[in-house]
Amino acid sequence: MADEIILLDFWPSMFGMRVRLALAEKGLKYEYKEEDLRNKSPLLLEMNPVHKKIPVLIHNGKPICESLIIVQYIDEVWHDKSPLLPSDPYQRAQARFWADYVDKKLYELGRKIWSTKGEEQETAKKEFIECLKLLEGELGDKPYFGGEKIGFVDVALVTFSCWFHAYESFGNFSIEAECPKLIAWTKRCMEKESVSSSLEDPHKVHGFVMGMKKKLGIE
Amino acid sequence: MAAISLQTATMAEEVKLFGTWASPFSRRIEVALKLKGVQFEYIEENLSNKSPALLEYNPVHKKIPVLVHNGKPVAESLVILEYIDETWKHNPILPTDPYEKAIARFWAKYIDDKLWPAATKVLVSKGEEQKGVTEEIQEQLKTLESELKGKKFFGGESLGFVDIAANIIVFLLVAQEALGLMEILTEEQFPVLHEWYQRLVDDAVFKECVPPRERHLGFFKVRFGSSTASK
Repeated sequence: MADEIILLDFWPSMFGMRVRLALAEKGLKYEYKEEDLRNKSPLLLEMNPVHKKIPVLIHNGKPICESLIIVQYIDEVWHDKSPLLPSDPYQRAQARFWADYVDKKLYELGRKIWSTKGEEQETAKKEFIECLKLLEGELGDKPYFGGEKIGFVDVALVTFSCWFHAYESFGNFSIEAECPKLIAWTKRCMEKESVSSSLEDPHKVHGFVMGMKKKLGIE
Repeated sequence: MAAISLQTATMAEEVKLFGTWASPFSRRIEVALKLKGVQFEYIEENLSNKSPALLEYNPVHKKIPVLVHNGKPVAESLVILEYIDETWKHNPILPTDPYEKAIARFWAKYIDDKLWPAATKVLVSKGEEQKGVTEEIQEQLKTLESELKGKKFFGGESLGFVDIAANIIVFLLVAQEALGLMEILTEEQFPVLHEWYQRLVDDAVFKECVPPRERHLGFFKVRFGSSTASK
């Protein structure tokens, strides 16, 4: 019996991209449904009544919400191929800790970088770089956060990389100058088909952010 | 319910918990360890004068709780709960089915992302703002109540991951009593959740891990007591 997998998503969302990446790593076929967040579909409202947000994975009719929860679900159901979480409980805890760290910090700081000015923006940029440096430290000399292969933390973080160009452009700074090892890691990840096919074109993302700024009346 | 006491077979199993007596996050870990019968050393932290050990074990957030198992630290309460469940496998707190597990993780995250910030806000806000946040909390409680769906606990027959995470509710009720705030979780408004709450605080393990009542009331009065109550 074939699995029916539907992903409700919004193309620029780095959270949605995490799910696309996990599905690609597992070689899974699914139906992608683009949501218009200003006009949410009845399906989205039915499948995520609590938050009304994307991404939502619908597996054989049953919804799973929250990107990192979805990624863990995918990893547990299709556990035979390309495991994303390690099998050792301590290493799993470390992976969950760092993925949670990415969730707690990067989105809000990134948003402040493109949507604020002056001191608020400078503070956000500084903190953002500090977070990336900490993550660089955690990566160390490993090719990926997951070790020899991409893992849970790689999936949680790499989707932000296609937003870096927008952050750099609107924040007027260079992430590569501050965090060369991390940028090297993003390039290494992008060599994988699963990653390059799941992330959006940074220029498209830049255009999207530009549109958002116009709509919000931010110059 | 008898807590099963089980000495693990490993030699020199050393488990330490860095926490504070009034923190719901810290108390979550105590519940999980006691449910599993894990012997542990508890270290009370003074958050205005953090120990070098805490700063070494959690350099990123410098917060409690931190579990240190055979010298290796784990931080963030929900991450610690999953670690405990995967390391000591009896009396499981998470379901084994991946879908059920995803649902449990969803609700624990909901409690931490939504209920916790609202709960802290209601204690420091005043007047109209406080009224607004109170209504927000009640909406969240209604949402949680619908998830109970006739079960004894969120975890089913016995308390599990979401019940442990929902200890925030217990702390909120003590706070509201201490500050003379409008009652948030009344039996009339939340019959199902109210029954669950009674079961939770009566549970043999859970009730061992609740802060001593008088001291806890005093804690909230001292910490938040200057804000005026709104009735």
